Amino acid sequence: MDIKLSSATPTPDERAAVDARLGAPRASWDGGTTRTVRDTHVAYGGKEQRDRRHLLLPALQGLQERMGWISEGGFNYVCERLTVPPAEAWGVATFYMMLSTRPRPRRVLHVCDDIACRAKGAKAVCDSLRAHHSPPLPHGTVGGHGDAPPGAHATLNEHHGAWTTSPCLGLCDVAPAALLIEAGQPVVELSTGEITADYAMGLLGGGADPDDVLAAAPRTTATADSPPDPLTTQIGGIGPLRLLKRVGSVDPTSLDAYQKADGYKAMDKAFTLGPEGIIAELNAAKLLGRGGAAFSTGRKWEAVRTQHATPKYIICNADESEPGTFKDRVLLTGDPFAIVEAMTIGAYAAGCSRGYVYIRGEYPLAAQRMQHAIDQARAAGLLGERVMGRDFAFDIEVRRGAGAYICGEETAIFESIEGKRGEPRNKPPFPVQHGLFDQPTVVNNVETLANVLPIILEGGTAAATLGTDQSAGTRLFCLSGHVKQPGVYEVPMGTTLGELIALAGGIGGTGTLQCALLGGAAGAFVRPDEMGLRLTHEDTRAAGVTLGSGVVVAFDTSVNIQNMLLRIAQFFRDESCGQCVPCRVGTVRQEEALIRLSKKKPLGGMRTELALLEEIGTAMKDGSICGLGQTAYTAIESAIKRLNLYPA
Amino acid sequence: MTFPHLQLVQLSRPSTIPKPVIELIVDGHQVTVPEGTTILGACQKLGIEIPTLCWLETLAPVNVCRVCVVEVEGARVLAPACSRTVEPGMVVQTRSERVNLTRKLVLEMLASSTDLSTAPGLAEMMTEYGAQPERFGACETVAQPVLVDNDLYIRDYAKCILCYKCVEACGEDHQNTFAIAVAGRGFHAHISTEFAVDLPTSACVYCGNCIAVCPTGALMSKREWDLRQEGNWNESKQTSTDTVCPFCGVGCTLTLHVQDGEIVKATSPLDNDITIGNLCIKGRFGWQHVQNGRSATQMAADAAVPA
Ligand SMILES: Cc1cc2nc3c(=O)[nH]c(=O)nc-3n(C[C@H](O)[C@H](O)[C@H](O)COP(=O)(O)O)c2cc1C
Ligand code: SF4
Ligand code: SF4
Ligand code: SF4
Ligand code: FES
Ligand code: FES
Repeated sequence: MDIKLSSATPTPDERAAVDARLGAPRASWDGGTTRTVRDTHVAYGGKEQRDRRHLLLPALQGLQERMGWISEGGFNYVCERLTVPPAEAWGVATFYMMLSTRPRPRRVLHVCDDIACRAKGAKAVCDSLRAHHSPPLPHGTVGGHGDAPPGAHATLNEHHGAWTTSPCLGLCDVAPAALLIEAGQPVVELSTGEITADYAMGLLGGGADPDDVLAAAPRTTATADSPPDPLTTQIGGIGPLRLLKRVGSVDPTSLDAYQKADGYKAMDKAFTLGPEGIIAELNAAKLLGRGGAAFSTGRKWEAVRTQHATPKYIICNADESEPGTFKDRVLLTGDPFAIVEAMTIGAYAAGCSRGYVYIRGEYPLAAQRMQHAIDQARAAGLLGERVMGRDFAFDIEVRRGAGAYICGEETAIFESIEGKRGEPRNKPPFPVQHGLFDQPTVVNNVETLANVLPIILEGGTAAATLGTDQSAGTRLFCLSGHVKQPGVYEVPMGTTLGELIALAGGIGGTGTLQCALLGGAAGAFVRPDEMGLRLTHEDTRAAGVTLGSGVVVAFDTSVNIQNMLLRIAQFFRDESCGQCVPCRVGTVRQEEALIRLSKKKPLGGMRTELALLEEIGTAMKDGSICGLGQTAYTAIESAIKRLNLYPA
Repeated sequence: MTFPHLQLVQLSRPSTIPKPVIELIVDGHQVTVPEGTTILGACQKLGIEIPTLCWLETLAPVNVCRVCVVEVEGARVLAPACSRTVEPGMVVQTRSERVNLTRKLVLEMLASSTDLSTAPGLAEMMTEYGAQPERFGACETVAQPVLVDNDLYIRDYAKCILCYKCVEACGEDHQNTFAIAVAGRGFHAHISTEFAVDLPTSACVYCGNCIAVCPTGALMSKREWDLRQEGNWNESKQTSTDTVCPFCGVGCTLTLHVQDGEIVKATSPLDNDITIGNLCIKGRFGWQHVQNGRSATQMAADAAVPA
């Protein structure tokens, strides 16, 4: 393959931004500026260099974070450094919403306008910004039919920020929320909640010092460079907290504090149990994955353990982007060492030598806390060539997403880490056989991993006494919308929906519940008369709903649910990877039908329109490659059938 | 995407070691095929027709169009016949109600968003499945201007169904040039060069191997496109003759498509051992010298120009 690049060259800053991620170039062969005599005799590159393709996304992120966008010169330099054909790299750069291939101001405010934030006034914030600041940055791409009209991309005043709407930022407990990113050296990333229009305007104003802005913040959730800050997320539960026990009470930046609070006791015990013993405990505990698919974790680890191919990998799925979900964020920022320890136990049990934590790009503090925890653990010999002095080598790398919900799908994560577009693979083959870099791979959700430690310490059988027979253990629920105390609550499975909502202080807003979204955008709506629903896999299945990722967004009587459905439809349309027809086109057709329905202009009458929607939904469910397309109609179907939202 | 290069390896070098065989049932018929065969392969053996759009025997399956889906007993969702390999005891339905519905919807979704007027076989497929794209009313499409930025071929992405074939042919599977890729996301995903630069600026070497695999006519040689614009493209009047490319020692088989005594297109057969359908710029486009001043239209044009 020949790499043909345009003549655009990187600026010194761009070069530095890329080199910070890739190391300095070795020679003029891979982008170095000086040509030595030796270069004329030796050729660097070829397969060795192409094998570094997995660094493509980090390198592009380096440019984005330092410059605020990816210029042609910077882009060329990345391609040259990694021997990636520019068209391929372009496909990757245009896939991720946090990467910009157009010039734009350094400071960009990502304002969440997703369901929980909408319920709490996000629309007013956006409307105000539109009226008094500027139109939002367009989401479209360069070229093709999705290109925004000329002029829409005009660079704003360099000293003023720009803003854009965002899908759920995982800050639903402090809705309405926003994420400020100011490119530079270093980049400033600020997650903020309970924003007002005035505050958002302040964030966008001319050259305000981030520290001043911070000081004026109504409620700051996290900034990347001021740890350890007080945790603002409300936590609680029924019974002793197992998964949240250290969150908010033990310093998340101190390995010492972690070890004093039972840290690494499970790892000690795991070494005595041995791989098979660990897996037996998980099976006795009947641990099912918390990422949505509820697959047995013990079986997954066993399947990887018994594979002959090496190396094997373990991935902690921290892409948490399901609207309404923020529990993983709380674990990552509040108890990061626990995730490191659990991954190490998983690696030991399944025989993995390398781990990745894939954290969504919108979680700066989580990424920083995890990196810190990994570094501390490595320095203390808890990661590395000989973990805890034993003949077991394992290390973990943090990878950050760049704005793509789909990258939480387990095979899309592989593609993303490998430096490709986050397009899910068709299954089979399954990840336990052919996963990351085509090797056997364990993928587990953050909360699933957090369960491993108490299970090992309590013993699997004891852990299984919590919850019900088919749904054992405790679970984290993310309560947001119109509850009085939004937050993360840990309850034994089998707790009723009503009890859970009572735990969060009951219904806020107008004080009367209209309905709640259970399980996230891929979940289902439940009615106020269903407060007795026991939150287990078996009960929710019987009721035709799902626990999903533990989301409960409550809507009071003031909310227009048809508008919420439109937002959900928009979410799936925006987040579809675009690979397969039923999802790529189906999510658009679904949104169009819902728009017609809410305008009371159904095509061919209400009954015909609903039947058409049902057919679109069925084709998406049956024909799509991955869970995104397969569940894109689920919540909408539930609103139609369970809430009777569009009476015929 | 990484997919084993099953098809290609089988095509060019049939293995002499017999593979273990697998028995399955398709539409009630028992069939035995070698391990690693796809459901599509098993259906072909039985003479059961499965529609395909993104599949081609010379490319690794990407299973994205979903028009080939079939129902596998016990599975939660439908399976793409083109890529799913058979398993012992599999029971497959190729025309169940669920299958028909999804195939119909896939065709309707494509036809409502894309110009399929030059896609061979599509109209028949739509009739077969009762697809009525007008059911969606006025809806978003991928309409966009035709890209005519060189003398050899045009790109009309308003006709693109995003089957990934051109990307595969240009990159990993055949040409190894990687001049084009899928860019953007969701409904806005599209085939593009870097920064959407024109072809002459891109890495394209004009082998035309992407044109050869495009199932919709979105990629078309400039000559064919010009003739179509003039209303002079007439396939019923065309003959095709196999010959050997005169340009180099590789000796690619060249199929010359001739209309009114004029070569209007050059292709190579997919089942040719040497080319598997591929050519280079010379074989694909370098045939004008054969007929310079000799074709009927050319002669007429020449005659009209005063010396
Ligand atoms: C579109 C889509 C997005 C997903 N996002 C996430 C996610 O952000 N985090 C997660 O843990 N699982 C997510 N999943 C589920 C994963 O594919 C996978 O099932 C899970 O990570 C397995 O871990 P578990 O067994 O511990 O639950 C997603 C699935 C789909 C289809
Ligand atoms: S279902 Fe949607 S997200 Fe999943 S592969 Fe298909 S297009 Fe991509
Ligand atoms: S003509 Fe050849 S090199 Fe150019 S885009 Fe098509 S396949 Fe790639
Ligand atoms: S241009 Fe043709 S070959 Fe390429 S993706 Fe579109 S339809 Fe397929
Ligand atoms: S942060 Fe806005 S909906 Fe979750
Ligand atoms: S032909 Fe099988 S998915 Fe396209």
